[in-house]
Amino acid sequence: MNQIYSLLDVILPFEWLSFEFMKNAFLAILLITPIFAILGTIIVNNRMAFFSDALGHGAFTGIAIGTVIGIFQPIWSAIVFSIAFSVLITIIKNKTKTSTDTVIGVFSSAAIALGVVLVTFGGGGATKYTSFLIGDLLSIRAQEVGLLLILAIIVIVLWIFFYNKVLLVSINLSLAKSRGINTLAVELAFTSIIAVVVTVSIQWVGLLIINSLLVLPAAAARNVSTNAKQYNIIALLVSIVSGVVGLILSYYFDTASGATIVIVSSVIYFITLALKPLNS
Amino acid sequence: MEEFIGKHNGKCELNKNCCGYCCTKIQGFSVKIGKTEILKDVSLHLHCGEMTALIGPNGAGKSTLLKAILGEIKHEGTIVFAGSSGDNVGRPVVGYVPQQLDFDTAAPVSVRNLFTACMSKKPAWHRTSQQLSQRILSCLGRVQSEGLIDKRLGALSGGELQRVLLALALEPMPQLLLLDEPVSGVDRKGLEVFYEIVSKIRKEYDLTIILVSHDLDLVQKHADRVVLLNKTVILNGPPEKVYSDKRLHETFGLSSFFNSEHREDGGKNNEPNI
Repeated sequence: MNQIYSLLDVILPFEWLSFEFMKNAFLAILLITPIFAILGTIIVNNRMAFFSDALGHGAFTGIAIGTVIGIFQPIWSAIVFSIAFSVLITIIKNKTKTSTDTVIGVFSSAAIALGVVLVTFGGGGATKYTSFLIGDLLSIRAQEVGLLLILAIIVIVLWIFFYNKVLLVSINLSLAKSRGINTLAVELAFTSIIAVVVTVSIQWVGLLIINSLLVLPAAAARNVSTNAKQYNIIALLVSIVSGVVGLILSYYFDTASGATIVIVSSVIYFITLALKPLNS
Repeated sequence: MEEFIGKHNGKCELNKNCCGYCCTKIQGFSVKIGKTEILKDVSLHLHCGEMTALIGPNGAGKSTLLKAILGEIKHEGTIVFAGSSGDNVGRPVVGYVPQQLDFDTAAPVSVRNLFTACMSKKPAWHRTSQQLSQRILSCLGRVQSEGLIDKRLGALSGGELQRVLLALALEPMPQLLLLDEPVSGVDRKGLEVFYEIVSKIRKEYDLTIILVSHDLDLVQKHADRVVLLNKTVILNGPPEKVYSDKRLHETFGLSSFFNSEHREDGGKNNEPNI
């Protein structure tokens, strides 16, 4: 890790990058923003923005359950809970004719209510959990950067090998089925990986804005692209650029990094929205 | 009929292009959804190189029959694909063009991406190789739509989308092709082009084609056999025979004729007073 730090000092000798916590946050941004961009393009294509929002709620409940049980680190029980939560929503969504929005709405509300009840049980306040609402990117530690690296590798491998299947599923389920794709398996794999990413990163970016980080780069890219290549490249660029710019701005203005990043990507989104008529 | 089969089998032996699945027998197909009976005891015998048009009023079960053949819907009855000598040769490759492709028209997915996703292992966001581009172009060439390769799916007209989906259904080349014609969204010119293309493909590749159609004129021009369906098979035979049958007008005439006349008048036509 020290070698990476000194390498950063040589390549990017800026004031904002001189502290170790900023170096960690910077590395985390470089890993987490591509993950968000890749998953975001798929979420937006599948019209699942509301779903990923619900996953954030599920992750919070998972952390609450983990804290109450207290056997192992809350993060692991949170991951298990989130995966179970996303699998349950996906299966029910596929089995019933109820509108997807309704199913997700019900689950999301039930999960957050359960989480709040658990953490306030016995008269305790929920204040120590408010950090999960906003998140603190600067609290990230070196070993957690390593965890993000593993996640990034998993997501990129899946992105390369399963993109075509996911793309066909997002165009039309019957079409995908007629091409011999096990659509439920693809959906489950994909929602589970989103669940894991959301759960792991919620402590750094916060429940309130995590969905914006997932959805905004893809939504911006969609405004100005006509094919999958442009869509993916632009989403990646928007995500990484707004991540780095947001982090620098948050350092100088002394604001919460996650929210600052979201503001930068929102600005980019509105710029692409203004460009849209020229392209279509 | 006998004579036709004899002639056909002869053709199969001579023609190297023959798919080898010389007939498709659908026997006793029934579909129930809840308590509603949609199809009852439908039996059909189809030959390769033959285009069968499925006609019938709205709600007659035409699309349902196609989906039952595809295995997307639970059904009773059997389907047998038999070779020219009459032996069962297992499940053939089936191509299907749905009536409507319900998709997000704002999605940044091009025709090239769609074909890449179906034909290649490389992710669709990757640059397509020269070789793959050629293969996609030759697929689109079958439906005279090479120029659409870099268009966005959502930007295609109804007729263009139908042709692209047909090209996709022909890769890999199926032995049984099921086409469900859209009720709306394709103009007259587009429809004529579509029928021309389907006729050409049938001759070139010797496939069995089942086409759900709403256009009796074009059916008469292109189909070898017409099946009138209304829950069950009412008429089955060559177009001229079916079209002169009184039962066609009985099933079709009153309901659809009346309605279409009504629509053309924009509702100005006075309803008969009762």
